[in-house]
Amino acid sequence: MTDEYEHYEAIVVGAGPGGAAAAAALADRDVETLVLERGVEAGSKNVTGGLIYAEESAPYTIDDLFPDVRSEATDRPVTEYYLHNVAGNKVKTYDISGLHGHDTEWSDAVLRRKMDAWLADEVHERCRETGGGLLTDVRVNGLLREDGEIVGVTCDEIEPITADLIVAADGVNSELARDAGLMDWEDPEEWFQGVKAVVDLPADEIETRFDLPEGEGAAHLFSGDLFEGARGGGFVYTNDDSLSIGTVFHLDSIVDEQVEPHELLDALLTHPLLADWIGEDYEELEYSAKLVPDSKKVAHPSPHEDRLVLVGDAAGQMQAQGPIIKGMNHAVTAGALAAEAFVEARRDGDPHAAGERYERKLDSTGTMGKLRPRRYKIAAALGEPEPISGLVDSVVASPVGRLALGNRVSDKLLGRLYDSPFMAMMVPDTRTPYVTMPTVIAERLGEPVEGESHVEPPDLTERIGNLTYNTDVGNPHIVVEDESWEASGAAVWSCPVSARGFGGGCYREETVETNGSTERAVSLDTQPCVECGTCAVVADTHWEHPSGGKGVEFKQG
Amino acid sequence: MTKGVPDFSEGVVSFDEDGHLERGKTPTVMNPNDAYALEAALQTKVRHGGTVSVMSMGPPGYQEVLEEAMESVYADDAYLLSDREMAAADTWATAITVATGIHKLEAEAGEEVDLVFAGFKTADGETGHTGPQTAWCLDWPMITHVIALDVDEEERTVRAKRLVEGDIEEIETVETELPALIVPDPEFAPSYHRASHRLTHKDLRAETRERVNDIDDLVTVWNHEDLNLDPDYIGLDGSPTIVESVDPIPKAPSEREATMIDPADEDAMGEVLDELLPYAD
Ligand SMILES: Cc1cc2nc3c(=O)[nH]c(=O)nc-3n(C[C@H](O)[C@H](O)[C@H](O)COP(=O)(O)OP(=O)(O)OC[C@H]3O[C@@H](n4cnc5c(N)ncnc54)[C@H](O)[C@@H]3O)c2cc1C
Ligand code: SF4
Repeated sequence: MTDEYEHYEAIVVGAGPGGAAAAAALADRDVETLVLERGVEAGSKNVTGGLIYAEESAPYTIDDLFPDVRSEATDRPVTEYYLHNVAGNKVKTYDISGLHGHDTEWSDAVLRRKMDAWLADEVHERCRETGGGLLTDVRVNGLLREDGEIVGVTCDEIEPITADLIVAADGVNSELARDAGLMDWEDPEEWFQGVKAVVDLPADEIETRFDLPEGEGAAHLFSGDLFEGARGGGFVYTNDDSLSIGTVFHLDSIVDEQVEPHELLDALLTHPLLADWIGEDYEELEYSAKLVPDSKKVAHPSPHEDRLVLVGDAAGQMQAQGPIIKGMNHAVTAGALAAEAFVEARRDGDPHAAGERYERKLDSTGTMGKLRPRRYKIAAALGEPEPISGLVDSVVASPVGRLALGNRVSDKLLGRLYDSPFMAMMVPDTRTPYVTMPTVIAERLGEPVEGESHVEPPDLTERIGNLTYNTDVGNPHIVVEDESWEASGAAVWSCPVSARGFGGGCYREETVETNGSTERAVSLDTQPCVECGTCAVVADTHWEHPSGGKGVEFKQG
Repeated sequence: MTKGVPDFSEGVVSFDEDGHLERGKTPTVMNPNDAYALEAALQTKVRHGGTVSVMSMGPPGYQEVLEEAMESVYADDAYLLSDREMAAADTWATAITVATGIHKLEAEAGEEVDLVFAGFKTADGETGHTGPQTAWCLDWPMITHVIALDVDEEERTVRAKRLVEGDIEEIETVETELPALIVPDPEFAPSYHRASHRLTHKDLRAETRERVNDIDDLVTVWNHEDLNLDPDYIGLDGSPTIVESVDPIPKAPSEREATMIDPADEDAMGEVLDELLPYAD
């Protein structure tokens, strides 16, 4: 039955860093490789912070696979890294370049449209040599099975295709991982939500305002009381001629605290600390958002099934190393390891057995150990249960804790702790490290920042209006299955382009009259959707990506 | 087959006071309906390989039209049939000229042309005759109003779905032998449902982008002598059609009346409110 389908040796779904790495590594080993990407161009669907890391200990880095990537596709190398603890207008800053530099060969700021599109051209050229190539505007919508076994993929735009290896590099909210039963989208605790604004700033202004040598870049992180108690933090990264300013929060915290993600971003944008950097004229080039998996909880220990392997975010391989976020580098490593595994399996006459080898490679190279650190498991067991974390939190916030944290000895100690990779790995997911400690530190040790912000961020209407959409009219990619407030109400505030009392977003609060009583419910209009994936987790929906080339198109990413 | 027509799009087209088109002031573009013909040709090339040539009869300044056509069909080369003797041809004289051009193309290439694609009506003449008359001159079968198309290389046949517009829209499937002339309908939608077709499409696009840089080398111009055509049978002299006069379509008179009211005029606004009152409930 599947004989009539087109066949390629390998299909790679998704042209982010994971897919690009897998495809390049396969093509370089003469594997006939077809890459399918749903965006109009690679990168047009993707959002990152972001700093891409080349780790010294990694078996593959992006420049191993794409030697020109740094000169052609990345932005400034990060040479300075600071963490700011904020309480009101008091700020206590620590230099964390040690943590940043730990195991780091280099690290550059990137914008995804630019980087991924460049990678995709390289990938297409190399894959074309093998008889494959890279196609955009194609959405893979499921797995093709024969006698219950995965043998290929099905797509919205083209006929089904079979392959000996199927690499699902389709990112967070991987439809293929879901179809294979390897990942689910149930628990907000397993995810972060990232929201970002790309802000225009000429190169020379960046260097003056951040006091940077020409061509170099800085990274700044923020935590403390500026985010209404939500667990997470903010970042400012310098690109070639723009700033990436964003926030990353635990999704369960957004749901529980009932905070509006765009307001948290605005709290950062308008903090006086950023006033001198941004200046008087705030020009937001793009507003974007995306879910981020927390590898500590969801990195699949055995990310394969039949001929299918999962790489990158699709497999939950996104490491939050304390405040430092590493997803792109691990996606690259995993993609290349999957390619290696396939070629070895093929050599041994069993090309369909790449999955097992891939899993072993993730372990033996130490990649899985970074994603799911044993230390964290122990720390989590101690730190996470609610009564203990609540206790720790109140101790830190109590006069005793304040005294303990707020002296010069602890200042030194804290400086070292924040800069320590060991500590970063153990940070529990409680309020303590994200909110309480930074706030107390800033209150006790911080200096007030002078100056006042003149930044007036655009409202959601303007932000949505500035985005480019190719709406698939009459064919919404998300359908709410349970419209009750209990089941899906959290989407109204958690969706980054919706808000309570805002009629122009995706999710809206409605009141419905039934048998004389009024009930709260939600309604959905997917037109302004930025495909972040949040409502797949926090609401009761049937959630898919839009068809190829449809939906939002990021120009920056 | 493609043709240049005045660009009728809003803001570009220029009419004189009597409503006559000012050709000199209006840029020439590729006839919009030809896009469907070109898409059908491209689809055939993507699926079956081969070469695609663009042919047009027109003034020497047609270069841009040919370039546009070449880029959208990823054509290999272009032929411009052009000289004074061909000017002011009607559809009949055009068909004779183009058919002769096609024969010459076959002779030069040493290969037979399998399919000719013609646009459905031009935006200026609106006759829809040139394609069918060319088929008649070539003595080839013709399928018009094509919305989907399938070539069987082995059998040397072409099967097409055509849109038959009547009281209800019907789609019929017809089949004929190659060579044949195809007139795609504006509803024609190319379909690339196989990954390999899309990859070929992408290759062709890249190749064409390179190629059109040397467009001058790719355009061959043939005059009536090259085509061995008797001036009496082409151009104005060879055109049996006589356009006696062209009547502008009169503007439809407005059936509704409007009264302009200054919102600052309280009395007048009061009247408006009075008028609206009956609907207020
Ligand atoms: C705000 C924010 C900040 C971040 N900061 C950093 C950082 O500083 N450093 C870092 O390393 N990481 C960071 N990350 C995480 C990082 O962006 C991801 O881990 C990384 O992009 C994962 O790469 P990937 O190749 O697995 O998936 P993606 O980059 O998401 O690529 C998936 C690709 O698959 C395509 N696709 C999806 N579904 C389909 C389908 N059905 N059919 C066809 N194509 C499909 C998509 O269009 C996309 O191109 C951040 C993330 C966010 C949101
Ligand atoms: S509708 Fe859902 S996927 Fe779209 S932006 Fe809102 S939360 Fe994200």
